[in-house]
Amino acid sequence: MWWGLVRRLLIFLISAAVASVVVFALLTLVGDPARTALGTNATPQALIETRHQMGLDRPFATQYATWIGGMLHGDFGTSYVTHLAIGPQIGQRLMVTMWLIAGGMIVALLVAIPVGTIAAVKHRTATGWILSSLSQVGIAIPSFLAGILMVALISVKLGWLPAGGFVVPAQDPGGFVARMILPWLSLGLVQGAVLARYVRSAVLDEMGQDYLRTARAKGLTQWRAVVRHGLRNASIPVLTVLGVQLITILIGAVVVERVFVIPGIGSYLVDSVARQDRLAVQGIVVTIVAISLAVSFVVDVAYTVIDPRLRRR
Amino acid sequence: MTEHTPQTQSPSTDPVTPVDSVITDHRRWNPLLIVGGVIVLLVTVTALVSFVWTPFSTLFTDTDNLAVGPGVGGHLLGTDLLGRDILSWLMAGSRTTLYVGIVAVGIAAIVGTPLGMLAGMVRPAASEFVMRITDIWLAFPALLMALIFATVFGASITSAMVAIGIASVPAFVRIVRAATIVVMKTDYVQSARVAGRRGPGIAIKHVLPNIAGLVIVQCSVSYAIAILAEAALSYLGLGAGPTTPSWGRMLFDGQSVISIHPFLVVWPGLAIGLAVLGFNLLGDGLRDRFDPRLAGR
Repeated sequence: MWWGLVRRLLIFLISAAVASVVVFALLTLVGDPARTALGTNATPQALIETRHQMGLDRPFATQYATWIGGMLHGDFGTSYVTHLAIGPQIGQRLMVTMWLIAGGMIVALLVAIPVGTIAAVKHRTATGWILSSLSQVGIAIPSFLAGILMVALISVKLGWLPAGGFVVPAQDPGGFVARMILPWLSLGLVQGAVLARYVRSAVLDEMGQDYLRTARAKGLTQWRAVVRHGLRNASIPVLTVLGVQLITILIGAVVVERVFVIPGIGSYLVDSVARQDRLAVQGIVVTIVAISLAVSFVVDVAYTVIDPRLRRR
Repeated sequence: MTEHTPQTQSPSTDPVTPVDSVITDHRRWNPLLIVGGVIVLLVTVTALVSFVWTPFSTLFTDTDNLAVGPGVGGHLLGTDLLGRDILSWLMAGSRTTLYVGIVAVGIAAIVGTPLGMLAGMVRPAASEFVMRITDIWLAFPALLMALIFATVFGASITSAMVAIGIASVPAFVRIVRAATIVVMKTDYVQSARVAGRRGPGIAIKHVLPNIAGLVIVQCSVSYAIAILAEAALSYLGLGAGPTTPSWGRMLFDGQSVISIHPFLVVWPGLAIGLAVLGFNLLGDGLRDRFDPRLAGR
């Protein structure tokens, strides 16, 4: 088991390193970052100076080493467009996004587990069919669209909740929750619909298993058998999907933050792309990709913890 | 998603069931396939029609009827803030959706399918290596890839669809690889080997026909993802430009006035939802059709 853990950790580290090289190469080698920073009216002299200042005249390996070395110390460089340090920005905004994602994920699970389980247990009845159809519709609605519509209805028409913005939870817990409810719902409901299908399929798989028949033979009702034994086994395939979902939700947050004017990492990314701020985009993308890879790694490890059968492999 | 026969009695799970009985099975025309197919057909026909006819030109701005409701001034669904006919823009928007989807899915299928087949046919160590690459690749979802491309190559529909296509490759690689491994273990591939057929021959003669169904299903699924990614990107103002009819762009333009003119957002929103639903249903329907054992999953 320990060897497996070390192996997975190594894979994670190598993957993150490879991903960072790809991102760096794409954003540094393609096109001319110096021209992007200076604009189209730059004089040749200024371009040469800026290229030197940005280190673009040095070999690729040196440039990469300088950048990644700085990043590992938390120094993501200073933007050539906004002249602000990138690292602290990423850190602050990541915190904001984490609140958003955590809430969205909780909503998704709260929706998916009951809906998926009911849809599976009642899969031959109208209830199951209706739940499945609803989740199918939910999948087709992008989370940002759900967000826009909810703002229109709940904030603008009914005036029940603020339309957007963000306050630090420690300062104003009530205001924080009020502002986050709609973003959480728009991320969570849509992801919940996606997840519900996997939960349904996983529970359906387990329902045909012998151990569930045994449990029922011992006198448990269908429901108790599924909840007590089926869900634990069904959680294994669902867990894998959950990892992928977290990545999807992180990307979904990029757009949802736009809808609700939340100053998270997604807004920072979109603003940086619009500003052609390559160094900032580079730092943000590597951060997001590293988080995705880390999540896959954790899911992989969690796998073996939940399912003892996998430990020996 | 729909249940036709109880799983335990499903004839298709019985290994001795002749192939014909599966094909003539009523699942062949399951409701998913029909509903999904009709929606996809509708979007496609709308896009094609929009090339030759839309109620108004997409460039025409009816300055007398700015942001009017349905029916006013001959505008069936009303106009937007610039006086452009919403129905015409919705129709022309399906063109962008179709175009982005075809190019993106085309890239993904053409690159991903051979790569996946190769990964399924080579030695396990090499195959494992390809899997690790796709793991890294998967950490760059369509929208993220598109944002990188927008930074490097500038924001446009072209850079968006290429990026979405590249981001969709690993999904094809994984699915095709898994299916190829199964096909490679079958008796007929073994006998083809014994008969002296080489790798490329086996790939084209035996593997490809067997995995074609899966590839088509994946195309449909990826198509839905491409529509979503384009819509999101255009909504962020980093996809279609202001003069390109795009549903995402319409959301972007309509969002600021949603409280006064909600339909500027509702129509393109409905269009996006319907198109995605159509491709998802079509994908599910085709999956049931090609692999009846999975029906109802």
